[in-house]
Amino acid sequence: MSVSFALLGLLENGPRHGYDLKRTYDDTFGRDRSLHYGQVYSTMARLLKNGHVEVESEPGDGPDRKRYAITDAGITDVAEWIARPEKPELYLQSTLYTKVVLALLTGRDAAEVLDSQRAEHLRLMRELTRRKSAGDLADELICDHALFHLEADLRWLELTAARLDRLAAQVKP
Amino acid sequence: MTTIRRWFFELGLGARMSVAGGRAGWTRLALIAAGVGIGVAVLLSVATLPAAIAASTAREEARTDNAQEDTPKGDNTLLIGNATTMFGTESVHGRMLQPEGANPPVPPGVTTLPAPGQMIVSPALAALMRDNPLLAQRWDAEIVGTIGEQGLRGPAELAFYLGADTLTEETGERLDRFGFAVTGEDEGPGTPAMLLLSAVGIVVLLMPVMVFMASAVRFGGEARDRRLAALRLVGSDAAMTRRIAAGETLAGALLGLGVGAVLAVGAALAANRWASGALSFYLYDMRPVPALAALIVVAVPAIAVLVTLSAMRRVVVQPLGVVRLSTTVRRRLWWRLVLPVIGVVLLWPLRNGLDQQNPSSGVEFQAAAGVALLLIGLALLLPWLVEATVDRLGGGSLAWELAIRRLQFDSGTAVRAVSGIAVSVAGVIALQGLVSGIESVVATGGTETGRFQHQILPAADVPDGTWTAALSKTPGVLDTRTIRTVHGERDGDSVAIRIADCAALSRYADLTGCADGEVYGIAVPDGRTEYQLRDETTWTPPAPTRQVAPSAEVEGFGSMLLVTPAALAGAKVPPADPTFAVDLDTSRPEALEQLRNTAALLDPQALVIDPGNASVADVMRTSRQGLLAGTIVLLVLIGASMLVNVAEQLRERRRVLAVLVAFGTRRRTLTGSVLLQATVPVLIGMVMAVSMGSSLAAVLMAAVDAPVTIDWFGIGTTSAVAALVVLGTTAAALPSLMRLTRPGNLRNE
Amino acid sequence: MTDQALLSAEDLHLSFGETKALDGASLHVRAGEVVALMGPSGSGKSTLLHCLAGILSPESGRVAYAGRDLTAMSDSERSGLRRGEFGFVFQFGQLVPELTCLENVALPLRLSGTSRRAAHRIAGEWLDRLEVGDVAGKRPGQASGGQGQRVAVARALVAKPRVVFADEPTGALDSLNGELVMKLFIAAAKETGAAVVLVTHEARVAAWSDREAVVRDGKVREQEYAR
Repeated sequence: MSVSFALLGLLENGPRHGYDLKRTYDDTFGRDRSLHYGQVYSTMARLLKNGHVEVESEPGDGPDRKRYAITDAGITDVAEWIARPEKPELYLQSTLYTKVVLALLTGRDAAEVLDSQRAEHLRLMRELTRRKSAGDLADELICDHALFHLEADLRWLELTAARLDRLAAQVKP
Repeated sequence: MTTIRRWFFELGLGARMSVAGGRAGWTRLALIAAGVGIGVAVLLSVATLPAAIAASTAREEARTDNAQEDTPKGDNTLLIGNATTMFGTESVHGRMLQPEGANPPVPPGVTTLPAPGQMIVSPALAALMRDNPLLAQRWDAEIVGTIGEQGLRGPAELAFYLGADTLTEETGERLDRFGFAVTGEDEGPGTPAMLLLSAVGIVVLLMPVMVFMASAVRFGGEARDRRLAALRLVGSDAAMTRRIAAGETLAGALLGLGVGAVLAVGAALAANRWASGALSFYLYDMRPVPALAALIVVAVPAIAVLVTLSAMRRVVVQPLGVVRLSTTVRRRLWWRLVLPVIGVVLLWPLRNGLDQQNPSSGVEFQAAAGVALLLIGLALLLPWLVEATVDRLGGGSLAWELAIRRLQFDSGTAVRAVSGIAVSVAGVIALQGLVSGIESVVATGGTETGRFQHQILPAADVPDGTWTAALSKTPGVLDTRTIRTVHGERDGDSVAIRIADCAALSRYADLTGCADGEVYGIAVPDGRTEYQLRDETTWTPPAPTRQVAPSAEVEGFGSMLLVTPAALAGAKVPPADPTFAVDLDTSRPEALEQLRNTAALLDPQALVIDPGNASVADVMRTSRQGLLAGTIVLLVLIGASMLVNVAEQLRERRRVLAVLVAFGTRRRTLTGSVLLQATVPVLIGMVMAVSMGSSLAAVLMAAVDAPVTIDWFGIGTTSAVAALVVLGTTAAALPSLMRLTRPGNLRNE
Repeated sequence: MTDQALLSAEDLHLSFGETKALDGASLHVRAGEVVALMGPSGSGKSTLLHCLAGILSPESGRVAYAGRDLTAMSDSERSGLRRGEFGFVFQFGQLVPELTCLENVALPLRLSGTSRRAAHRIAGEWLDRLEVGDVAGKRPGQASGGQGQRVAVARALVAKPRVVFADEPTGALDSLNGELVMKLFIAAAKETGAAVVLVTHEARVAAWSDREAVVRDGKVREQEYAR
């Protein structure tokens, strides 16, 4: 779970209070969804149990007064996570493919499916493009990531559109 | 493979590429071959001249009729008389032959001597007599044969032998053989001015040919470089590409050698058929000097390869394209000045005139070398000058700006074609100046407009009355005077004493205000002096009334006393040689020929003096016309090479051109920029060529002692032709400009 | 919507030899909007662009700009239109190599008769606006590909055209430079109110448009302009 590693990583620059930790996370990673306090505390509790963080309590107890600090085991864990490549995600049986094949099998207009899908993709891409040109560098990077994925889909759509005849010949008995 | 074999393979690959390049490849090969071929043809023709001239001179020497002193009359002698005449402006070599025994010598080319009343003529003269009845009437003799080839200078020589029985020991010379060479040849190597003319002429002719050949082997170089880039992509290294390029050029140059040989043979055939005068040779005379021919065969391809390699020095052919370094190398001035400075140093001594007394001092070769160095220097200076000039230009209209920027970007291609123009124009202006200088020197006599300008100097003893009667009946003769010439001697100096009326004497000096009874002196003592006459008598003519300056025609002929009849006042005049002064109506076209006919019929040896010295002036006029024709041919050739350059450049820029058209650039702007791009270097080249050519002409005019003038006509015509070439080039490039700006070229490649 | 269009093509046909480049293509461009022309290679995108810009004349059909029929104009009238009303950006090789970047940008102004000095001043402002003021005095060969394309964009916009035609303007650039060119291009076009006809096969570039039209086999599927 990347949230626990992210929080752990943020502690590497020094001990923080729970509230502080949430704000920093939101600023750096939480574009779409900010963390709930509860989520921060439950994650911290789990990390504490695993020995990845320790608590430095300050006078005048209470949950808000707890300062979390990373342990050596925690640092090792973060380093391992950053270094480990992510498994590429494959979408071999995407919904889109299913729709196209079904359209062909049932005699519906497969090209129409593709065209409307392209229009929809482009609509979203336009939206992302607008957002990134209004935002800062971080916005730009995140939007670009999405844009490249959408573009990849679109390329597939173009290729499929060009091969609809051959596909039809194969899927129809 | 050994290195040598690999080199041959690469050269061969280049040669194959030059023919395998499709239509463009063939066009390029044809252009190179044509350019090199024209150059080679000129070189071969020049290399032929020494042998041809030597052969015709040898034949001429074999028929010389120099008499030996004191040849006794015998069975094996004949009397010979000079009957050379003119027809129009052409000289007709003629001799009278009168055998004195049964075994007289026979001139080369003649089998039997003509009997009196018979003549033997050269084929060219026979043809000329057939076409001109007026000439046929000149000798009262029947043509009984033709002179063989071994007795003639060349096929176009006009010559005849006339059988005679009227020659005496006085009027003829006694010979026992022909071809007796006398030391101190009477027909020397020519005047210094003529030598200078031919030496400079050859240089001026050859320089542009060299420049043209050098630019011809660079035709289509850009397309070739692109092909080479493709070869680099498949793994040939830089040295290999250079050898392959050399192979391509070599193919063109070798083909050019063949083309040149064919053209040279064609030129020889044409010369044999149509050439006249001194440049007519038999075909078997026209063999190039072997050493020169070998030099041409070896040097032309070698130079072609060197030019290619030196052009490629500026180009880096890389696998993905061609990079031109021309803009990064700034042209330096100093070494370009070395050759012209040496040229000026060589020409400097000429400013005070040639040494007329010493024709073979080698100064003409020095002059030719000076001219050559200056012309090469011009070709070297021009790229620097164009670069330096265009770098200072700017502003102006858009077409101007595009053109100037283009020239600043790369002026090399434009300049190469222009240096050919500049060198030829400079050379031609210099040569025109020299020719018109000689013309003004030799033709000064012809400008006088007195009566009695024509003279007849008889050789035979024909009574004066017969002469005057015959002359008065000749069509075109308005009046005749008899001038008596007594040859006197005083203190060892000879003085010609001429007795005639004022009108007849005015040929010798300006006698304005002359009246009968006066005596004029040219370089004689003022007082009354006694003169020794030929037959040991003495005579004391009256003292000169006035000393006068001789007319240009008799200048340098020594002392002369001009005596009007009344001045003699009954004094005894010893017998004197008559000269007939003729007032000829020169407006009648055939008057001069009629006069020559009358003279030849009465006395074939009589000398007819035509004041115009028309023959030399005509030669000069002809050579000027020839020069002009040559210049036009050269400039058209250079125009062709400029066209190739422009077309190539346009093709290279077709994308940019198409984009400019997309932006709505008017065709007028694009055309204007192409025109200016061609004009600016030509203009700079012309300014330099005209100034250098005019200075050269001034030096050469000074060398032949002619007044220094500027030949505006020559400058005007050559400049006009150069302008026409530029306009023509631009006009001819327009269709390809239009084609290249079609939107198809916008497509992504 | 036809009556609102600034530039429109109706039922264009054009063949190159056997190949039908356009086979009944229609397209409408409103003032100030960015239209992406998409489609596979050889679909006729560029040909349609050239017809819209009056560089090519269709064999049949009508191209109208601001109510004037381009197909009925003479070559010089269309050239005048391209000088005054249109701008162009191509994929590569469009800058005149011997002119400096500044002179290249000043070119359209000078073509319309602006004085050299004024043209250079305006061109300098545009180079700054596209963040390539530093290459003003350099020749295109000395600038990078991305800088060259921004110079080209400046040149396309300098004469305040009402339509800019861009044919794969980022085709020869990497993603980063392509992004920068598109961002500056579209921002400047929006600012000056110029309509843009953008030929591209890349969706990320097309995403800068307001709407897209897909060209396939010489025909156009034009998305309705919905807003």
